[in-house]
Amino acid sequence: MKPMAMRDALLTRIWQSMATDPKIFFTSADFGSPVLDRIRADFPQRFINVGIAEQNLINISAGLALEGFTVFAYAIAPFITMRCYEQLRVSLALLSTVRRMNINLIGVGAGYSYVVSGPTHQCYEDLTLMRALPTFEVFSTADHVTAAALLERCTERAGPKYLRFDAQVLPVIYTDADQPPPLSTGFQRHRTGGDVTLIATGYMLHTALKVADRLAADGIAAGVIDLFDITGFDRDAMAETLAGQSGIVTMEEGFRGRGGIDALFFEYQSRRGTPLPHLAIGVEGGYRFELGTRSELHEQVGIGEVGVTAAVADFARRVSAC
Amino acid sequence: MTMMDSNFLRDKAHWVWRETLAIHRRAPETRLASSLSPIEIFVALYYGGVLDFDASEPLSETRDRCIISKGHGSICMYPILADLGFFPTEELQRVCHAGGFLGGIPDPIIPGYETVNGSLGHGLGVAAGTALALNRKGAPQQVFVLTGDGELHEGACWEAIMFAGQHGLDQLNLIVDNNKVAMLGYTDDIVTNGPLAQRLAAFGWNAVEVDGHDVEAVRAALLAMKADRGGKPKALIAHTLKGHGVPGLENAALSHIINPKPELIDTLLAERP
Repeated sequence: MKPMAMRDALLTRIWQSMATDPKIFFTSADFGSPVLDRIRADFPQRFINVGIAEQNLINISAGLALEGFTVFAYAIAPFITMRCYEQLRVSLALLSTVRRMNINLIGVGAGYSYVVSGPTHQCYEDLTLMRALPTFEVFSTADHVTAAALLERCTERAGPKYLRFDAQVLPVIYTDADQPPPLSTGFQRHRTGGDVTLIATGYMLHTALKVADRLAADGIAAGVIDLFDITGFDRDAMAETLAGQSGIVTMEEGFRGRGGIDALFFEYQSRRGTPLPHLAIGVEGGYRFELGTRSELHEQVGIGEVGVTAAVADFARRVSAC
Repeated sequence: MTMMDSNFLRDKAHWVWRETLAIHRRAPETRLASSLSPIEIFVALYYGGVLDFDASEPLSETRDRCIISKGHGSICMYPILADLGFFPTEELQRVCHAGGFLGGIPDPIIPGYETVNGSLGHGLGVAAGTALALNRKGAPQQVFVLTGDGELHEGACWEAIMFAGQHGLDQLNLIVDNNKVAMLGYTDDIVTNGPLAQRLAAFGWNAVEVDGHDVEAVRAALLAMKADRGGKPKALIAHTLKGHGVPGLENAALSHIINPKPELIDTLLAERP
């Protein structure tokens, strides 16, 4: 299967659905893609570009959703989350508590995916902020197959949702059409570990698979889990999957220790009791302006394949010795 | 409109003024001054035949949408909605009390309130999105949205104003309760809205001004605004007085945060039956 951009995979399905579902409306804050051009051309009455105005993007989308439209709102990830956080809180999170609304935010540019654009366009805070809004569902996908599979979830279930997409084309994880990403459980185990399990989201799933390969060469059996439903993953199924492990490693392209999936798993484990030892892998050192490839930048901030392999190997030895 | 109708609206406005004072007397957490300036606007909208609504079905498809963006300054809506049958009148006794739903800042759990309000600068954008939706659905209903003048300091308002002008949303009706006072002083001394009607016109709106305490004039302006489907969004700048009719509060620079003494409210209610 040829990999494609997550946004183009989902937008293609939205474009197809707009032909038969007159309720779908697409809004953009002056952000495009080749597939979006088709939506603009074929459905001009149900597409609107609000301009470079994310606050208005959200409020306009809220008005459309109140009137029964299924809205997809589209912008660069840091801007559709942080530029308009008060609008997300008031006009979506709060209002959807009382009024039925279906709004799906598509944020493109997870983590370092805009590699040379620097911290303004990179996005390391959004998982923390979006999961703080209790009515939001938050998804973070590792390949375009998962991104495309979210269409029904978006159209069939009301409420506000945030879809965190990578800006780059990533390798396909779910190559077998008979084994699609399991949306009902919200995560998928890709490797069965004996010692530790790596729980990764988005781009970091690809790093986790490489880390697991390196660890296997060192005789360490690491499990790998793709966590794509950040808010709604099946807690019991996760417990079953983690049973018998010596420790867990969370891996995210977001700041470490600032409320991302590391905090999610601290909370999850403490709530269930008997928490496993937990190594949190995330961006360290705050904002940086160095230039380099994505993997070079990742090594600098502690989330690269080499650094993570060493950290996990050390962690696995320590927890196995316990 | 007959003289009897005109008296009816004036009497109703006075009744709402009294009820609003009485609510504030019972629940001093409510914002009084900013709830006294838009009384005639709401009376004209709800009793003057401007808005289509159905109190028994507040979210009826055929209603005109009325979004009250300056939510905290709309406590005067509580007696109006109760009087019209949106909820039982007894609720007016429980404003800001446990077990009630009429809070210090109105929320959409209240029948008749469309959106989350009071966090300023949101209503106009949501109203513009609603007007766009009605246009795309081919629905004839209109959207009325009330903001304050200080609220227009919020940049999101101007994003919506530009958007509505760009797309010619002629089902969108903005009413500015131009009481000219924000929280810490006069709007003109903080950041002035300047010639607001001209500014809106420059953004592609039809904007007119009215004495916001002349309920007859407000009603006529609102009806004219609703009838105007000329391809532009419409604005009515209602010149009002914050704290209208309350000595010491009316047009006072700090009226937003002044609570008149209960004895003063008692005296006013006794003097102006």
